[in-house]
Amino acid sequence: MIKTFKRGGVHPPENKISAQVAIEVFNTQDTVRIFTSQHLGVPAEPVVTKGDTVKVGQLIAKSSGFISANVHSSVSGTVTSIEAIADHMGFKKTAICIKIEGDEWEESIDRSPDIIREIKHTPEEIIQKITDAGVVGLGGATFPTNVKLSIPPGKKAEALIVNGAECEPYLTSDHRLMLEAGEQILIGMEIIRQALKIDKTYIGIETNKMDAINHLKSFTQWIKHIEIVPLKPRYPQGGEKQLIKAVTGKEVPINGLPIDTGYVVCNVGTVYSVYEAVQKNKPLIDNTVTITGKKLKTQKNYLVRVGTPMSQLIESVGGIPEGTGKIVSGGPMMGKPIANIDGPTLKGSSSILFMTEEESSRGDSSNCIRCAKCVGVCPMGLEPYLLLRLAERKMNDQLEANFVHNCIECGCCLYTCPARLPLVDYIRLGKAEVLKIMRSRK
Amino acid sequence: MDYSIILYTVIALGSVALLLAIILYGVAQKFKVYEDPRIDIVEKILPGANCGGCGFAGCRAFAEAAVKAEDLATIFCPVGGNDCMKNVAEALGKTAAEKEPMVAVIRCSGSPAHRPRTSIYDGAQSCAVMASVYAGDTGCSFGCLGRGDCTLVCDFDAIHMNPETLLPEVIDDKCTACGACVKACPKFIIELRKKGPKNRRIFVSCINKDKGGVARKACKVVCIGCGVCKKACTFDAITIENNLAYIDFNKCKLCRKCVEVCPTNAIHELNFPPKKKVEEIAPAKEPVSNA
Repeated sequence: MIKTFKRGGVHPPENKISAQVAIEVFNTQDTVRIFTSQHLGVPAEPVVTKGDTVKVGQLIAKSSGFISANVHSSVSGTVTSIEAIADHMGFKKTAICIKIEGDEWEESIDRSPDIIREIKHTPEEIIQKITDAGVVGLGGATFPTNVKLSIPPGKKAEALIVNGAECEPYLTSDHRLMLEAGEQILIGMEIIRQALKIDKTYIGIETNKMDAINHLKSFTQWIKHIEIVPLKPRYPQGGEKQLIKAVTGKEVPINGLPIDTGYVVCNVGTVYSVYEAVQKNKPLIDNTVTITGKKLKTQKNYLVRVGTPMSQLIESVGGIPEGTGKIVSGGPMMGKPIANIDGPTLKGSSSILFMTEEESSRGDSSNCIRCAKCVGVCPMGLEPYLLLRLAERKMNDQLEANFVHNCIECGCCLYTCPARLPLVDYIRLGKAEVLKIMRSRK
Repeated sequence: MDYSIILYTVIALGSVALLLAIILYGVAQKFKVYEDPRIDIVEKILPGANCGGCGFAGCRAFAEAAVKAEDLATIFCPVGGNDCMKNVAEALGKTAAEKEPMVAVIRCSGSPAHRPRTSIYDGAQSCAVMASVYAGDTGCSFGCLGRGDCTLVCDFDAIHMNPETLLPEVIDDKCTACGACVKACPKFIIELRKKGPKNRRIFVSCINKDKGGVARKACKVVCIGCGVCKKACTFDAITIENNLAYIDFNKCKLCRKCVEVCPTNAIHELNFPPKKKVEEIAPAKEPVSNA
């Protein structure tokens, strides 16, 4: 039987329209604007000033704090300004703007297409290289990878689980990466395995990507330590805790972290970046972005330099198609709206999705009929209808007692609600409030 | 008929009742909590709105604090105002600090006519939710989101959404400056300012910190931080920080000069008579300018 997680979850129409489109390198024009905060945690500190010339891969902002990450220039050119600009959601953040001049790379970066198979670094060196390269988790949360791989004292890592589930509808960037850089991903897993000094690594891939599974299985030399686990398509399988449950059958305790069960979970994109950082000395300066949508004539999977204006990507596919209701960065379930198409891409951008009007319409919400569908689909075993009411009334102590901080904001409850109640909207708000209270208590 | 049953019942129940009464009396005496009678007196003086605007959990908590406090300088009931505090001080034999009456002002005037919508928001109708999703449905990332979180928290029915401008409006006479709306606004638009003589006040009705050009593109009535008002002000009441002017209400003498010179009409004057009378008011106020 094909494995999957047991509790909750939904299976929305997959709509992986761009799955057969090969990854194409996108040539960014004019300028890039690179945010100093592209990761979870403290924004990086700029180390360049206006007028400096930078090369591709040069450090432009330094990690400042334990949970922070380095930021590198994705192009070569001149720094025109360091100022607060609006991101795709309209929020103002500090960005380093670079005018593109030529394409001159740092000498230390290996740009040859050869795959380097030999791993000759000690675990400490590997972690240091990942730190220097500013690798962050590309599964969505953009948590600095070096922090994730530095196991806190008292905890022990037993296995690595790589997330190739890509359970969000529409997204195909991870799928394409597995097909086109399969061996590099397996080498990346081997690198992390050595860094964590563990024996076992898994990669979980949903069976709607059989080509990727078969492709990875063909690299027999690497799959000694690696188990490829086919998973039954189900959302949110790519969530850390759901993936652990699906692959190993173990449950992460409530209020706990994956490391409490001994597992470290990374996305395939992250693992690929780790490979590039360690074997090729290449910092995280580009990532795969899917440009997709039902009304879009040309579907694309682009390799995009960080900081490229989204409007350039949108123009390259012929502009915003007619009948578009919403433009979303990320998948339709958890993605964030793009209100400002001039906003630059981030390290963690996985897609630009054009949702049609009928897909994106939320409809009018009516009264809760206590059907408990939301309770049934909640993968964390919470009671979304109750949390909604509590969050609306700002009853933070009750919210905490009902484990709102365990919500992964996957949106299954909202997807399934027949009354179209804004469940996640309010729960996310309540969760943020409760987390703030919990932090201040420490 | 045998009346003895009734008699026995009365005696039995009566003795049980007496016994329980004695126990209850004993317990009541033993666990008696002495409560300062002044707390009740003060509570009666207070408006009884239980709004929490004073920072205490309701009027009784305020009364307890007032009785305990050595002087009333640090505690103030914004709803009752100076009159109420004077009565409280009299009842307690203490002195209350006098405070200028305050009122909430909305520092945004970006109605749809001035500030075109750039996207349509269809999520939960709450400013807090909207602010957590994105910067707003207009080009201005600072302005009012117009979903009325401030109107929901007002205990005094003093703030309402104007359906035409999609902005909240404060009713001066009802507003008690409890500060509930200030806390509820995720964009920090609402400010408590001095109510001013005859409810007259002047303020910058904008909190946009963008550079002039960017701000102007998003909204027609935006403060562009040009500094003309600062130059016009003879009382040094205006400061400009982060491309945004701010009028210090403690220094402002309500001369209305800044209102005239503002190129974007971002400075608002409220409850002033039509222009002509200005000259009469302004010189009369000038002698106290250095106070």
